Amino acid sequence: MALLEVRNLSKYFPVRAGLFSRVSGMLRAVDGVDLSLAEGKTLGLVGESGCGKSTLGRSILRLIEPTGGSIRFEGEDMMALEGAALREKRRRMQIIFQDPYASLNPRMRVGDIIGEGLEIHGLASGTKKRDVVMEMLHKVGLRDEHFYRYPHEFSGGQRQRIGIARALVFRPSLIIADEPVSALDVSIQAQILNLLFDLQREMNLAFVFISHDLRVVEHVSHRVAIMYLGKIVEIADAETIYREPQHPYTRALLSAVPVVDPSRKKTRVVLQGDVPSPLNPPPGCSFHPRCPDAIAECSRITPDLLAGARGHAVACHVHGPGAVQMGHAH
Amino acid sequence: MSERTARVLGLRMTPLVRRRFANFRANRRGYWSFWVFLVLFVLSLFAELIANDRPLVIHYDGKVLFPVVATYPETAFGGDFDTEPDYREAFFRELIDKKGGWMLWPAIRYSYRTVNLALDRPAPAPPSAENLLGTDDQARDVLARVIYGFRISVLFGLTLTLFGSLVGIAAGAVQGYFGGWTDLLFQRFIEIWSGLPTLFLLIILASVVEPNFWWLLGIMLLFGWMALVGVVRAEFLRARNFDYVRAARALGVSNPTIMWRHVLPNAMVATLTFLPFVLNGSITTLTSLDFLGFGLPPGSPSLGELLAQGKSNLQAPWLGLTAFAVLAIMLSLLIFVGEAVRDAFDPRKAFA
Repeated sequence: MALLEVRNLSKYFPVRAGLFSRVSGMLRAVDGVDLSLAEGKTLGLVGESGCGKSTLGRSILRLIEPTGGSIRFEGEDMMALEGAALREKRRRMQIIFQDPYASLNPRMRVGDIIGEGLEIHGLASGTKKRDVVMEMLHKVGLRDEHFYRYPHEFSGGQRQRIGIARALVFRPSLIIADEPVSALDVSIQAQILNLLFDLQREMNLAFVFISHDLRVVEHVSHRVAIMYLGKIVEIADAETIYREPQHPYTRALLSAVPVVDPSRKKTRVVLQGDVPSPLNPPPGCSFHPRCPDAIAECSRITPDLLAGARGHAVACHVHGPGAVQMGHAH
Repeated sequence: MSERTARVLGLRMTPLVRRRFANFRANRRGYWSFWVFLVLFVLSLFAELIANDRPLVIHYDGKVLFPVVATYPETAFGGDFDTEPDYREAFFRELIDKKGGWMLWPAIRYSYRTVNLALDRPAPAPPSAENLLGTDDQARDVLARVIYGFRISVLFGLTLTLFGSLVGIAAGAVQGYFGGWTDLLFQRFIEIWSGLPTLFLLIILASVVEPNFWWLLGIMLLFGWMALVGVVRAEFLRARNFDYVRAARALGVSNPTIMWRHVLPNAMVATLTFLPFVLNGSITTLTSLDFLGFGLPPGSPSLGELLAQGKSNLQAPWLGLTAFAVLAIMLSLLIFVGEAVRDAFDPRKAFA
């Protein structure tokens, strides 16, 4: 059974305008997303800036209240939980933030930052709390003496380690990693990724790994979901999606990744135009104005995310399972 | 493992705190103003020992008596009545002298309400060796009244600032943290409330009740708590979306704890910077009410009342000049302190 099951999850932000704050439109940041994630696995979530990746991650935690849909986590309906029960459940599901400088309270000592959760939930205090925190410090590659330091005494990579230790202190089963390495130097990125990898094996952690960097996602993910304007357009095993991308958007993204090996030279797909405003997405497939393969149906009918072989699902009229249905197979 | 940072007066001496103290000291004017003000204030707290119409110590008939702290009947000194003697009378001195006793007097032999009955001219009398700053129009010693008035002004200001800040910070915190409708409704309420003509309402209220220290404090608190709401609200609005606040929420920390532990410290810098100026405002408001005659009850030592006397007795310039000088010095010192506090918390200086 899947650890996390997300069905038809949506988050709309009302856009207000005018004298009496009339709701003039809805910003569909997350629009009917389905996801599932098994224990100890990593789901990479890729997309351009503003496509709703972070909103999706935070909605799963209910840090942002979703507009609709269902979230089942460890067999429990997250949407039905309130107050104390929700706080209790959140111990099993934690988040790592992108900016290691903003995510640590500058006025608290590292030991207090990491131990806060334990203390709040009454799980440990005093020396017991210190022991647990010390253990976490060691787990993320920090030392005892860091316990009494303040965040400003650390480098970006070390701060990110502190953030990870804070998320791990409850020994959760799921971690939403919201671009955990994008703010770090490339050399440090690898260290942090390897740390996450080791922790995953050691603690049987599942990750929702949000990133806009395809190389990073390829390195860490078991499955990869590609998001465009609040919707998932393609989802498949990491290997499959990198070898046989179906959706034109995925292909464009992949072709933009610099390739070190010259023998693997690929044709570059350059997208035309900008990402449309999520306030006013194009009708039909929201990618069609920029799509090199668009056909007439694309501007009228919204393609469903249809699963094909090996759980490779694509939302497209022209490529993948949808094309077969529409009779446009290439 | 020991604590890495020492504590001074319960304050964690982090490098940042140390740098702030250094910045505070670097503003020489503010730093010295702070000490001058502190000395004046502490001295005024012991006003009874500096300016009083009863001796500090009486040695009488082999006994040592302390009239400043205890009440003795005149009979205790061989007088006729069961009531307290007038220690300043020549008759009383004779009583003591008869038994070979002595009296130790405070520097100024007048309390704020002692009337100088031995004036050789109509009150207000100009400065003299007896009354260093002259007397007011009821023959009371101006210097004594200024000392007591300074104390009551500062104490009133401090209390009003303390309570006003508590209410203001709480209100601003709730508004900023929860935002949305809470913020909207609260803001409109504050706009209306702050639009009320405060001074007139205070005057009306003061005419309904006989204002004493606490009544005045309450009435002024009613309108004085809004000074800090704006800054605190802004800080909370800004900080509630910080990642570390989100992280705390994800950890299951409750809203009050997040507000107290993670957000409030951010707001404290802005708040502390404003405090000396709020204190100044409180003192000025009390003075203006006293000046208009709607403040502290009649007879209280008050700088505002002294100003009013100066206005109605232009032939006695020492009244107005004294009140002006004391107010100007007190308020200036506080402003200078405020500037130093502002420097201390200035992020451009603290993190330089």
